[in-house]
Formats: sequence, structure tokens, C-alpha cells
Amino acid sequence: MFDLTVIWAVIVAFGIFMYVLLDGFDLGVGILFPFAPGETSRDYMMNSVAPVWDGNETWLVLGGTGLLGAFPLVYSVYLPALYLGVFLMLAGLIFRGVAFEFRFKAGRSKGLWNRAFFLGSAVAAFAQGAVVGAYIQGFETAGLTYAGGALDWLTPFTVLTGVGLVLGYALLGATWLILKTEGETQAWAYRLAPRLLAGVVAVFVAVSLVTPLIDPRAFERWFEISWLWLLPLGAGLAILKLWQSLRKGYEGQPFLATMAIFVFTYAGLLMSKWPYVVPPDHTIWDAASSPNAQLFLILGVLFVIPVIIAYSAWTYWVFRGKVSLEEGYH
Amino acid sequence: MELDPLLLSRIQFAFVVSFHAIFPVFTIGLAAYIAYLEGRLYRTGDKIYEQISLFWTKIFAVVFGMGVVSGLVMSFQFGTNWSNFSYATANFLGPVLSYEVITAFFLEAAFLGVLLFGRGKVPQGAHLFAALMVSLGTFLSSFWILVANSWMQTPAGFELQEGVFRITDWAAAIFNPSFVPRFFHMGLASLLTAGFVVAGVSAWYLARGRAREMNRKALSMAMWMLLFAAPAQLLMGDYHGLNTFEHQPTKVAAMEGHWETKQGAPLLLFAIPDSENETNHFEVGIPHLASLILTHEWNGTVHGVTEAPKAERPPVGITFWAFRIMVGLGTLMILFALWGLWTRMRGNLDRDRTFLRGLSWFIPAPFVAVVAGWFTTETGRAPWLVYGEMTQAQGLTPSLTGGMALTTLIGYIAVYAVVFTAGVYYVTRIVRAGPDAEEHVEEPQHAKRPLSASDTPFDNDALGAKN
Repeated sequence: MFDLTVIWAVIVAFGIFMYVLLDGFDLGVGILFPFAPGETSRDYMMNSVAPVWDGNETWLVLGGTGLLGAFPLVYSVYLPALYLGVFLMLAGLIFRGVAFEFRFKAGRSKGLWNRAFFLGSAVAAFAQGAVVGAYIQGFETAGLTYAGGALDWLTPFTVLTGVGLVLGYALLGATWLILKTEGETQAWAYRLAPRLLAGVVAVFVAVSLVTPLIDPRAFERWFEISWLWLLPLGAGLAILKLWQSLRKGYEGQPFLATMAIFVFTYAGLLMSKWPYVVPPDHTIWDAASSPNAQLFLILGVLFVIPVIIAYSAWTYWVFRGKVSLEEGYH
Repeated sequence: MELDPLLLSRIQFAFVVSFHAIFPVFTIGLAAYIAYLEGRLYRTGDKIYEQISLFWTKIFAVVFGMGVVSGLVMSFQFGTNWSNFSYATANFLGPVLSYEVITAFFLEAAFLGVLLFGRGKVPQGAHLFAALMVSLGTFLSSFWILVANSWMQTPAGFELQEGVFRITDWAAAIFNPSFVPRFFHMGLASLLTAGFVVAGVSAWYLARGRAREMNRKALSMAMWMLLFAAPAQLLMGDYHGLNTFEHQPTKVAAMEGHWETKQGAPLLLFAIPDSENETNHFEVGIPHLASLILTHEWNGTVHGVTEAPKAERPPVGITFWAFRIMVGLGTLMILFALWGLWTRMRGNLDRDRTFLRGLSWFIPAPFVAVVAGWFTTETGRAPWLVYGEMTQAQGLTPSLTGGMALTTLIGYIAVYAVVFTAGVYYVTRIVRAGPDAEEHVEEPQHAKRPLSASDTPFDNDALGAKN
């Protein structure tokens, strides 16, 4: 017998990961925006993500309502617990989206939209990183409702994971720019990437050291299931690969290697929590909606996910290769 | 003063949803109009339809984009401020709202790009098909949203187990008792909104003598549509009202400002309801008319607000006045449609300056009417969140404090103020630039995103900066 709840867990985990990867690099481009070598570079940077960013954000909306449909407890505990963080993330994403649209049409007001683009991206990325930290920390619940305070989610640990994700997205953004740009912008991204990588590794190590103190159950799990260690090993190899490919001046490999780092880290994170989805007390089965609701919704989702993937793939294919200013986006 | 998280959450939700609703209500109607224009173009080959469609597609793209941005907040709002409600109703609202997202995304992914950028690049039939599908998609989107809302007004097809709604009959839940009138009432409202905007903008150009031929056509088409849609809305509103009378009598009592149950109840034109003393001040009414409208009998019985226990009564003042604003504007819409017919018969539809001016001043009216209508139906079902089953207080997030709710309320107002100002400013620029504005040639690899459908610069320096 297949378990619908497990299938839903896989779908939602996949959706969230698609969001992290895809919106990750375009948020990263936003985070790097103020440090770019010049206004022309910024035009290139924005053109490189312009055709794809809003498709990337679709995964977030789908993830949000999908959670409500399949795992309502996650929705009704996380959102109250992360109340102000969620607001910051949404405000960041909105400002960023508006900046995106109007910067292209702006002259005098360009500086303003540049700043909105940077701030919106950085705030959204930080808030998402803090969510990861809060997930590791766990949530104080009374029965099926959140029982903690308004700022419980904001701890030194979640600040660390927030900064970590800002750096991680920036790294994705930098390697994306290596892939998509040339000349001055690309050279700048090459210089930046190793430094960002060093920052990511530092946070990665710090989080790994602190997590056992915060979540002893995860700590035990890592010594119960030995193959789990393959995941950090894979992440380590990806980090080495990224380092090498940056030194050799490859264009495509750095982005792929960075994505691999994200894959292994994400898998490691989920495995140390499985099957708890509202830690420390509630598993995916506690959080699930009723079977007929999960079934009703899965029909539509299984139909639309391939469409989204095909459409996204097609968009990336159309806009493949180096980005240019002339025939891109005005 | 103690900050009340319930009141602040209600204000926040009302603000966010009112702000969001004005975009889709316009795009649903406009998409239908664009599809119709494309259909005429396909059949007649008359280029004037293409001209009109080109212009309105640009406006559609910007407004659609703003609707998506403001809608992002909606999908998280249920969880942040109404987590108990979300958890209890997730078995129904989760799938229904997800289907809305799926529909909207499918529409955007598959057809919006073709509609906005495919002209001349895909066969004309395919372009028409894309326009039809975009229109269908916007209607389907509103279908799911109104299913969700109607179910909260007249819940059906469920059983309650340990405080959680479990769906036992999906068809009964989706096609719940108030869904059909609500859906058609809202559909007509969308057509009226788009109709009056198109008419108002065309009138604005005509009053200035710009792009006369095209705007004369657009105005004429809009006025024919309004001539049918505006009176149809009166009938549909009546049908919807009777449905509410059957299922939510207290709401109707509040709309009508009736405190006591009466036979031969009057229709109040003016009153200042006083919830404290359960009475109205300065009442002006037409005898027997409310009974006649609601029961179709001269002396029919009409329920009063006081039939419900005090704790289960809606705020009568807001419900009463919101309803009057909506009906008043609806009546003006019918008068405008008739005025249009009269100027048309006299042969100066496109020249009567008073009429043209009036129409362009009337542009905000349908939006106000729609928001007032939602205020009527939403305030009128208070204190219920799920009618008769769950109150607003029960649905609220338990951990929410007044301070948190106030912070995000101010935050959303600030964010939306920026978005709205930028958006309205930009739409105004497109309109001022006009359908006679010079077009850039589209590049084949142009980004397929809503706002790139327009080439109008955001500020005056933009074109200079490009060169």
C-alpha cells in the first residue's frame, strides 16, 4: 500500500526545494546588486534573471497553499510562530517584484529601484534562512496550536542560519552570473565566488556544530543511520568541485556544483528531522489533512507540476546562453 | 488602550482583501472584453478591433501583475492571523485555494505569454484561442475563490469531528447553497467594472479628440454591453438577496436596517442605525417595499436583527450603509447606460461633452461598488467566520497579540501604498501616452512577463537614459 501522506511529503519537499534553488539564484543576484562594478553590470544582472524570476516564485505560492491543503498543521503553526518573519519575507518579495518591473522603465528613479531590489532580496533571503533555523529549533505547541511568543523564532541560531542562507543565495547568484555573463561582470563574479564560498562553509560548519546542542534527537539519528554521512560527504565533494572549477575558470560547473551543495545540505536537513515536520512533537501524519482532501488535491497537482516543469524548462532553453543588453528585456 | 488582536486582524484582512480584489475584478471583465475583441477581429478582419485590443492588453498586463503581487499576501494571511480557522477548514479550503493557484498558474504559464507577445508570431486562430483561454482562466480563478467564500457563508457537505471540518460530499460543498448567485453576481460585477473603465477611458480620449475612430468604436461597444449588464445586475442582485434572505436572514435584516420582525416592512432609504438602543434615527422609508421585494408579498414577514442573540449580530451601521452605497452606484450605472442609449439615438454618443466627462469621472465608481458589496456580505455575516459553525474569535490565531497585529497592519498599509502608487501612476502614464503612442518593435526573444507588454517609460528620463 502506498501512503498518500508520504507522497505528499515528497511533493511538498520537492516544491520547496525547487523554490529554494530557483528563487535562490535570483534573490542572490539581488543581494549582490549594490556590489556590482557598475550600472551596466547591473543591467546585465537584471536581464539575466528577468525572464525567469516570477516563474521561480510560483513555487512559493504553490508551496504555501499546498501546505494548507496537505499539511494544515504546518501551515497553522509555522505562520503564527514566524509571524513577523513572514511579513518581512512577503514585504521583501513584493518590493523586489515591483522594483524589477519598474527599474526597466525608470530613468531618474533608477537608484531608488536598485535599493528596493537589494533590500527586498536580502530581507526575503534572511527571513527564509531564519525559517530553516526555526525548523531545527522546533516550535512550542499546546496540542495543535502554537503556544510560543512573537519573537521566539529570532535567536542567535536563526540569525546564523539567516545569514547563512543570504550567503548561500549570493553564492548561487554569483555562480549563475559566471554562467550567464561575460567580461567585467563575469570577472567580478569570479572574484566574489570564493569569498562567498568561504562564508558559506564557515556557517555550514557552525550550524553543524550547534545543531546537536539544540536538537539531541537529530544528533542520535546521525549515529543510528550510518549512510546519512554520505550526505555531508557529498556536500564536501561539491564544495571541492566548486573551488576547483572556479580556479580553472570553468563557466557552467560552478553553478552546478553550488546546486549540488544545496541538494546535499537540504537532504541532510530533512533526514535529520524525518518524519517530524513540526518538531519536536508532530510528525507528517499528525500534520496531514484528511485522506479525501489529500486525494482531491493530488489530482490537480500531479497534472500541473509537469506543466510547470516543462514550461520552466522551455523558458530557460529560450533564454539560454550569455545574456545581452540589446535583445533581452527593456 | 488595550489593542484588540481580533479587531486589528479583521481590519487587516479587510484592508488586504479589498485592496487585492480591485485588481482581479477588473482583469476578469477586461479579459472577457479582449477575448471578444479578438473574436471580432478574427471574424471580420477589421483592424480597428486589433488596435483596441492592443491598447487594452497593455493595461491588462500591468493590472494582472499587480493582482498577482497583492495576492501573494492573501495566501499567507489565513495562517498568520487566522490559524485556528485555517486548521479547522483546511480539508476544504486547502484544496480549493490550491486549485485556484493551479488554475491561475496554468493560465499564466500556457496562454498569457501568447496573448501578450504572440501577436503576429503565432497563427491568428492560436492567438484568439489564447485570448479565450486567458478569459476562461480568470473566470475559473474566481470560481474557486467564490466557492471558498460561499462555503464560509453557507457551509455544506461536511461533518465536524473534534473541531475539524471533514468533507463528506465534495459536490455539495463546492456547489453550496449561495455559490450560484454569488458567482454570477460577481461575474456581472467584473463585466460592469471593465465596461465602465473602458467606456470612461475612451470617453476621456474622445473629449480630447484623440484617436477618435478607435475610441468611438470602443465606447460604443462598451455602452451596448452596459445597457444589458447593468439592468441584469439589478435582477441578479435581487436573486442573490433572496438567497441571502433564505440562508442568512440576520444579514438581510442588517442590510435593511430592520431591528424588529415586521409584516409589511418598509424599504429604508436613509437611517442612522443605533446598535446600542436597537433602533434607527432619522429614518426615511417606503412603506411595504422591503416585504414586497424580499417575499414578493405586500404584508410578508421580514426578520429583524433582534431575532438573533446580541452576541450573534453583525455591525448594522456598516452593513446598512455599504449596501446602500453599492445599490446607489448600481442605480447610477443603469442611468449611465440609459443616458448612453439616449445620446446614441440622438447621434452624438461620441460628442456629448457632459456625457463623456461624466463617464470619465465615473471610472472609480464600479470599484467602490464592488468593495462596498463585499463589505456588505462580509460584515453582514459577522460574528461568523464559517456561518453558524465558527466565529471570528474562535478562528483567530491564539498566540497573536494586539501589538503584532498592529505592526503588520501598518506594514501592509505601507507596502501596498508604495505598490499601489507606483502601479496607478504607471497605468496613468500608459493611458496618457495613449493608443496613439509610438510602438517599439518587439524582439523575438522578449521576456514573456506581464509588465513588459508595455513600452511606456516609468518616468520622463527613462528614454533619454536608454540612449
